[in-house]
Amino acid sequence: MAEGGAQVFLDSSSGEPVLPDALAAWQVAASSGWGDPLRLHRAGRLAAQALDSVRERVAAHVGARPDEVVVTGPLAPTAQAAVAGLARGRRRVGTTVVTSAVEHSAVLAAAAAGGEHVVVGVDALGRLDLGAWSEAVARPGVALACLQVANHEVGTLQPYAAAAEACRAAGVPLVLDATTALSRLDTTDLGAWSVLVGWAGAFGGPASVGFMVVRRGTRWRAPYPSDDYQQGRWPGVIDVPAAWAAAAALDAAAGERAEVAERQRRLVDRLRQEVAVRVPDVDVVGDPVERVPHLLTFSALYVDGEALTLELDRAGFAVASGSACSASSEHPSHVLAAMGALTHGNVRLGLTRTTTEVQVEAFLDVLPGVVAEIRARLGAG
Amino acid sequence: MTAGAVALTLDCTGQRCPRPIIEIGRRITEVEVGQLVELLADDPAAKPDVAAWCRMRGQELVSSEPPRFLVRRTR
Repeated sequence: MAEGGAQVFLDSSSGEPVLPDALAAWQVAASSGWGDPLRLHRAGRLAAQALDSVRERVAAHVGARPDEVVVTGPLAPTAQAAVAGLARGRRRVGTTVVTSAVEHSAVLAAAAAGGEHVVVGVDALGRLDLGAWSEAVARPGVALACLQVANHEVGTLQPYAAAAEACRAAGVPLVLDATTALSRLDTTDLGAWSVLVGWAGAFGGPASVGFMVVRRGTRWRAPYPSDDYQQGRWPGVIDVPAAWAAAAALDAAAGERAEVAERQRRLVDRLRQEVAVRVPDVDVVGDPVERVPHLLTFSALYVDGEALTLELDRAGFAVASGSACSASSEHPSHVLAAMGALTHGNVRLGLTRTTTEVQVEAFLDVLPGVVAEIRARLGAG
Repeated sequence: MTAGAVALTLDCTGQRCPRPIIEIGRRITEVEVGQLVELLADDPAAKPDVAAWCRMRGQELVSSEPPRFLVRRTR
């Protein structure tokens, strides 16, 4: 057991633990910025001011204008709003939605909910087939396309700028999912996207807050009944203290990006190299260089992901897995399957901003024995 | 039907991954190099995992038509 019984949390891919700065910001905002921002009284004005500040700060991180920022909810409803709103705005053009094969399941679900869903494949590293993408978005009847900046499971960076350029050339609006990239990469110049989505839980903000940034001039139409909040772009009163905390988390995480990313990159390099050396028959996946700093995914032959996750948990390490049965799904990770990677025995590590070298070395010391023990139990040792 | 007769059939129908992969990993040595193993596996993970196993272990995936997979022992 590592560190005197405290579990080492290596699952930031499901959400970064809430940052102290975000918690402090929430407490301040909850005592002064709790009003309804549409009201004219003092509490309402304070909340409206706080919201304006949130939009300004988020806009600065993504190279947008403050009035383009919409405060939303978790990624699933945010992605649905982005996709359905563009589909509505473009319904005279067509109903086809083009995505990569490795988008977040929330984005794939949103894309599949409309008309025809065209899925563009990836290579063994998880990188988009840019040629196939450019052809797909240029066909007649394409309403919109969706692409991530970086993959949320294996960390591989997508050719998002070139993909966005292909969309622009074809006159097709692009939904860019910046969830995995926000605060971890410089996201101020991500290319010619039309709508950008992100989720605060990924960078240490409240899990209830997301963002949808709709560039001016984009034909996006609210796919639900509108009200007076946020110019009719996202209905319902806004949890301003949570939005304030999200902006504080983004500022804090981006502010320490250089230092944290450098450390995480080094630790993931170490993990990548040592996992392959210490564990026989292991498939370490994703791009080793062109990637976000904090993610590493690998699969061990002849091991089931559920047992691996549970045994690592017992040994003091919280990890995720893309194997079937080890998450909430009967099916293995669509990302691993699309890459041609092994899907059973999968471990997804997401380093947090406080993950240390000592913790990484402790994980590397424990992993080979855990894998060997499960293999022996399954008769594959 | 691909060239060459099946030398060994492993029926792993109803088994969850990694069971079918463990099975072929353990029993492929029962056939000679160059011979074919037929694996029957209906787990949704079998398609990517049989292909990944062949790549990792240097075996040849002759056909992948779930629930039927043909693998040639090459080493």
